[in-house]
Amino acid sequence: MKLAVSTQGPEPGSPVDTHFGRARFFRVLDTETGQQTVLDNADGAGVVQGAGPRAVQRLCRLGVQAVLTGHVGPKARTALEAATIEAYAVEGGTAEEAVRVFMAGQLRAIVPAAGGGQLGHGPRISVRQCLHPLETRAGQSREPAGSGSA
Amino acid sequence: MRIAVASGKGGTGKTTVAANLAVTLARHGQTVAYVDCDVEAPNGHLFLKPIPVGEVGVSRLVPRVNPGQCLRCGACARFCRFNAIVCLTDRTLVYDELCHSCGGCVRVCPSEALTEVPHPMGVVKTGVAGAVRCVSGTLDVGESTSPPVIRAAKQAAPPASWVILDAPPGTACPMVETVRDCDYVLLVTEPTPFGLHDLRLAAEVMRTLHLNFGVVVNRADPGAPETRAWCEQGRVPILAEIPDSAAIARAYAQGRLIVEALPGLEPLFDQLIARLGAEVHREIREEGGVLA
Repeated sequence: MKLAVSTQGPEPGSPVDTHFGRARFFRVLDTETGQQTVLDNADGAGVVQGAGPRAVQRLCRLGVQAVLTGHVGPKARTALEAATIEAYAVEGGTAEEAVRVFMAGQLRAIVPAAGGGQLGHGPRISVRQCLHPLETRAGQSREPAGSGSA
Repeated sequence: MRIAVASGKGGTGKTTVAANLAVTLARHGQTVAYVDCDVEAPNGHLFLKPIPVGEVGVSRLVPRVNPGQCLRCGACARFCRFNAIVCLTDRTLVYDELCHSCGGCVRVCPSEALTEVPHPMGVVKTGVAGAVRCVSGTLDVGESTSPPVIRAAKQAAPPASWVILDAPPGTACPMVETVRDCDYVLLVTEPTPFGLHDLRLAAEVMRTLHLNFGVVVNRADPGAPETRAWCEQGRVPILAEIPDSAAIARAYAQGRLIVEALPGLEPLFDQLIARLGAEVHREIREEGGVLA
């Protein structure tokens, strides 16, 4: 699976950034291949509003399935749920340590993955609505669209 | 005449000045409309106590995604400067509360998957308080952009020889939206370091917008030396000084106007409207001169 850790620096030993949307970097790790990449979130960290959903969009398009971070805001939460990305709370330490603790199954889930389908594909998903899960619309494909940007 | 009552700092007495000004003008036989543009916390009605006449909803347009037509290409999300649209791999999300209703996403969508629908965001109430016609805008809880409600409140103002606009505090968009097309702005301040600091910021906004303005000092210590010195240096007229008095605070706490609760202070507001009238006409003359 693909993991992302919000970090303050680009190194594996960089401390975890406990702010999800405004994290300076994301370290992305493929647990099967061991391949690691660093995503520079400088532009996302500085936006006036909507930093959380914006970060989710980037991670979703990279195929990330779980994020290790500190605090997840309400808008980031609805986006994570819609993207079926799990989030786990990290208290501190480095990116490497966070991954180790996660692999040992010792991190607490703050956004469970199961919610995704329940949010529905409705024409409108707002924070308000997402507090009350919508029915999944009948007849709609749950398959990922695959081809990313047009 | 459109007169805005604004300030940098909150709690300096904008509503006190605006409401007493409106009633004083009406007592002098003028037709007056009072418009509460502080839509995040309107409180002019507590003092003017208008009898309700009407109420209209205010909405803004936000995009809706038709999932069947959406290609998940991300064009809308890339266009949106406010991150109100998030394009995931299998669906596109809209955050209404972040949307500034520019309509750009609808234009850039290559598959016509977006349509605009009204999103309720507030209400504008009208009423009558004696001879003063009242308008009050209220932004819905959870809404973050107040200018559309302020615009609606201003548009709902009935024709009158004096329109008094009670502005929200601060120097950001809501204040700018309120003062932008006024003939004159009264900046209410208090003789504290914060009061003076924010008065300077508010004055800077007035100069940037080329608006004529004067100052009302509330809770004035005798002299208010620093405020006075700043005004003299910048050639900003002080149109009134409201004394720092427990009687005024008591009347305020009871929801009463100064000119009703404390008749002894009526001349202060009579003088304010006389000076305000003189200022407005002087500015008009001078601007006419510049044009000629």
